[in-house]
Amino acid sequence: MFAACADPKAIEGLTWAMCYLTSGKHLDFYWSFVTVLGLLAITAPTALAMGFAGATASRSRFLPVSLLGKGYAAIVRGVPDIVFFLFFVIALDQGIEYLKSLAVCPDHSWPWQGLEFRVCPEAKVPLGKSSAIWHQAYGFALAVFTFALVFGAFAANVLYGAMNAVPKAQLETAEAYGMSQSQVFRRILVPQMWVFALPGLSNLWMILIKATPLLFLLGVKDIVFWARELGGSKTQAYEYPHPDWRLWYFLGLLVFYLAFTKVSEIVLARISARLSHGQATAAGEAMRKAG
Amino acid sequence: MTCWETVQAYAFRSIGYGENLLPRTDFTLCQQFTLIGSGLIWNVYFGVLALAFGFFFAIAVALAKSSRRMLLRKPAEWFVFIFRGSPLFIQFFLAYESLQLLPKVGINVLGFTLETAWTTRAWAGALLVLFLNTSAYAAEIFHGALKSIPKGDLEAAEAYGLTGWQKFRRIQWPTMLRLAWPSYTNEAIFLFHATTLVFFSGFPAFRQMGDALYYAKYFADKTFNPFVPYPIVAVYFIALTLLLTFAFGLVNRRLNRHLPSNQKSRIRLRPQIIR
Repeated sequence: MFAACADPKAIEGLTWAMCYLTSGKHLDFYWSFVTVLGLLAITAPTALAMGFAGATASRSRFLPVSLLGKGYAAIVRGVPDIVFFLFFVIALDQGIEYLKSLAVCPDHSWPWQGLEFRVCPEAKVPLGKSSAIWHQAYGFALAVFTFALVFGAFAANVLYGAMNAVPKAQLETAEAYGMSQSQVFRRILVPQMWVFALPGLSNLWMILIKATPLLFLLGVKDIVFWARELGGSKTQAYEYPHPDWRLWYFLGLLVFYLAFTKVSEIVLARISARLSHGQATAAGEAMRKAG
Repeated sequence: MTCWETVQAYAFRSIGYGENLLPRTDFTLCQQFTLIGSGLIWNVYFGVLALAFGFFFAIAVALAKSSRRMLLRKPAEWFVFIFRGSPLFIQFFLAYESLQLLPKVGINVLGFTLETAWTTRAWAGALLVLFLNTSAYAAEIFHGALKSIPKGDLEAAEAYGLTGWQKFRRIQWPTMLRLAWPSYTNEAIFLFHATTLVFFSGFPAFRQMGDALYYAKYFADKTFNPFVPYPIVAVYFIALTLLLTFAFGLVNRRLNRHLPSNQKSRIRLRPQIIR
């Protein structure tokens, strides 16, 4: 990256550290942090939206819709953790390729033949000849969708509880003022439910942060992948001019996660204080008395 | 091979008995059920031992965390923060790498050589991580329970002249256990689920002796069909969860036996994801 790094023999000491830490592989490593943050930035709102849809569906008066909402939360929450992640990504991938094969393949044979999953080359997603970046982007998209689906189920559960926790008298008052069902929902229920949902959602956010290393299991080149790759003294392709440094790289990741958790805790505490303001809860009452 | 022969060959494959080679072709349902069930031995091993050791350590940490002395409280707070604030997955990697740094030839202690090679093996290294991890989570639960012991109970104990160890043994300990038990049940279930991470996180499966998910992934990779092995794992784990809930429910009944039926705390399943 820097001109001084051009000649490997001439660099020493601090310059070496600087050159080492700005090598192309390390830049990829730093980018993978952005991947993780990007995953969080996309997954969190998507999961919240799916949770909101699930919770609203669960409250529906129309039985099939409410069963759908409740079933979604119950099924995803009941299946044990990483089994779901390992299973769902392959299942989704094969499902997409199967549907595509129905559209583009000449023969519509059942793809699960004996010991392999076989579709015609045109139905592969992404196509075998597309560049590596598309393969990575597709893997990332599958991961985001899986994360959003799983965490959406948990969010649905939290939001459903929060909607039920809004005092009934508030809703009845709104009805007495002549608001329609959707007005009550929009103006009274939704603005007030967040304070009840916040503890559960904060908890979920913490779990979501700690679930991000699973990207590695899903085959995305994330921070765990790079830490293993860069820390090792020898990988399949490269030999690094240092002994086994994986311990230090993982220590770095540990510090990253701890710092992230701590910052999240502080921010969530602020949000909680803000949302409690003027609410008919113990925390809101305490704030009113304080001043 | 009939199914019974398969069971004989593979039922204890995960701990090194029976057929040496894993099946390579013509996978049958029976093979998948047997091998994955055989892998479950490791999940139970990790879960039971980590819980058993972790229970006592967690209570020690919880007491230290509610101590008034800084010297006790601070280390306990840091311990809980580090193990609860970071992903278990990273903890596994970190532990594996640091255990590898121990000298290969062993450590010389007063003329004896202490072997170190076994610490990098999953049965010891991963167990250590799971033990510390569950201790931190359970310590937080027990700490919360200690905090919510009714003030009146403690005052009554002091009025009767109970102090120190006696107060803890007779008043705090039973009440803490009773209050914490429903959450602790969930923590136990959660820990059993977490044991599936072991063989995906640095710790190699020695001679292909892995846990339930390891074998499930083996079958899924070989057959390209995830729809059979993973649901089998799920079935095994749901059965394990039911068994755990039942066993912990018995303890819960005993802890609540003096209370009228409407005040008994009930165990509610709160399935959680990855830690």
